[in-house]
Amino acid sequence: MKKLIPQLVLGIESSCDETGIALYHQQDGLLAHALYTQAAMHSEYGGVVPELASRDHVRRALPLIRQTLDQADRQLADLDAIAYTRGPGLAGALLVGTSVACALGYALDIPVLGIHHLEGHLLSPLLADPAPALPFVALLVSGGHTQLMRVDGVGQYTLLGETLDDAAGEAFDKSAKLLGLGYPGGPELAKLAEHGDAARFKLPRPMLHSGDLDFSFSGLKTAVLTLTKQHEMTDSTRADIAAAAQAAIVDVLVGKAQAALKQTGLKQLVIAGGVGANRLLRSQLDAAAVRKGVRVFYPALEFCTDNGAMIAFAGAMRLRQQAPQDGYAFAIKPRWDLQQIG
Amino acid sequence: MRLLALETSTEYCSVALWQDGALTSRCELVGQKHSELLMPMLDSVLREAGVKLGELDGIAFGSGPGSFTGVRIACGVTQGLALGAGLPVVGICTLLALAEAAGQDKVIAALDARMGEIYHAAYAKRDDAWLTVVEPNLCKAEDAPMVTGEGWHGSGSGFAAHENALAVRYAGQLASSDGTAIPQAAAIARLAAPLLVAGAGMDAALAAPFYLRDKVALTTAERLARGATA
Repeated sequence: MKKLIPQLVLGIESSCDETGIALYHQQDGLLAHALYTQAAMHSEYGGVVPELASRDHVRRALPLIRQTLDQADRQLADLDAIAYTRGPGLAGALLVGTSVACALGYALDIPVLGIHHLEGHLLSPLLADPAPALPFVALLVSGGHTQLMRVDGVGQYTLLGETLDDAAGEAFDKSAKLLGLGYPGGPELAKLAEHGDAARFKLPRPMLHSGDLDFSFSGLKTAVLTLTKQHEMTDSTRADIAAAAQAAIVDVLVGKAQAALKQTGLKQLVIAGGVGANRLLRSQLDAAAVRKGVRVFYPALEFCTDNGAMIAFAGAMRLRQQAPQDGYAFAIKPRWDLQQIG
Repeated sequence: MRLLALETSTEYCSVALWQDGALTSRCELVGQKHSELLMPMLDSVLREAGVKLGELDGIAFGSGPGSFTGVRIACGVTQGLALGAGLPVVGICTLLALAEAAGQDKVIAALDARMGEIYHAAYAKRDDAWLTVVEPNLCKAEDAPMVTGEGWHGSGSGFAAHENALAVRYAGQLASSDGTAIPQAAAIARLAAPLLVAGAGMDAALAAPFYLRDKVALTTAERLARGATA
């Protein structure tokens, strides 16, 4: 007996400090999405406070679900399935979206499916137009992750390389903190770097020529710390250090992405994750792509950060080829290796 | 009048179905496995009674205080069920649930809040309704708010974790105590039923945990201030 593929999928993302809700339709595409970011609340604490993140998700989830349905002019009864972020992420935060998703699925008597957060990011470029064709190389760069993956299809991911310590976004945030910038520091650092001279200070490019596709960014913040101690922190010096830090991170990301393309022989590179919004990264990747005859794809800026659309979309893609979860009992996976999902 | 009640604020998981005064309930010691057990448990309670979610008049949950994560599981599930089935919700304080289940008329409820503190409240029954004598509060057992008179019953894990301190604090006033008592869905259901009948049920999106402990982190400014005075 052939089962019908669920058409209208509600996506729920709550793995960190953003509540994201979206509606994806198998034929009509993304119908609506809504996002609430808690960044302003956490900025007072200098970073994400997991308990506060969980508390906020509880307040936001239902109003955002209703808002998304309204935007798409759909009713709860129109839903065919619910996809939610099962992990990895903050346990308490994941539980909010998960419990709402599974209970709502039970109440509506529709299937539910837990999605790997990084799979959402990996597939989100496919939401764009034009979308890359499979297979492609994906550079996943965010505050929590720095990975190069080969993507052959939904659920077919091969890890090519990853960071051995800090994530690229973490390197941005930590450098920003050392320069006295607010949280989240990455975008602030990039803004300051626009006024700086990247050539004044030469920072290391860790592992750029290591021969493999792994990264290491923890040494960079030490180098930035040393600079801040060696020099008087005038506005122009801070801008120059910001520019140097950004240039170092971007150089490594671009160099490794190029190496991954060379190693796999693939001609398409997909950028996913929050750092993918960085302008210098985009311009350098584009310039390198022209030289090497490859194509680079970026998700729309709004889908670079965590969002519900990527979860709804990944859920819709998976439900085309696999059964939903059995029943409505839920078990989150705060730590979950992407390689483990098939 | 039919309602479903959920309670996951302690290491127990319980579900109760109230049907015009008749209660069926289930309660299990689950540790931290509420997420895996709550949905199947509520499904089996409804199935065994032959009741569909849509036939209910509302959903009640133990809103806390208690385990932050546990309370959020009951709250999230309540939100999802109520949103999907279009039902009103009622959050019931776990301390009041302890009083309701105690079978006594004067109850000091105390739950172990860890970090050397208890969630505390005191209630007295008048004409079959509970009066709040001491509002729910977070305190050290030795500083627990005073009550007047004798014949009080102590209920909840606070009386196990801080048995001596509370015995001293309420010397001569405590007639009995039960440190093993836990807030359960059956008591939540009994307390929620009249509220739903009275139309006090709320929209699903308003289902909210009652944490009591609200200071969970220091802001950067507070950390600097503490460092400066240290």
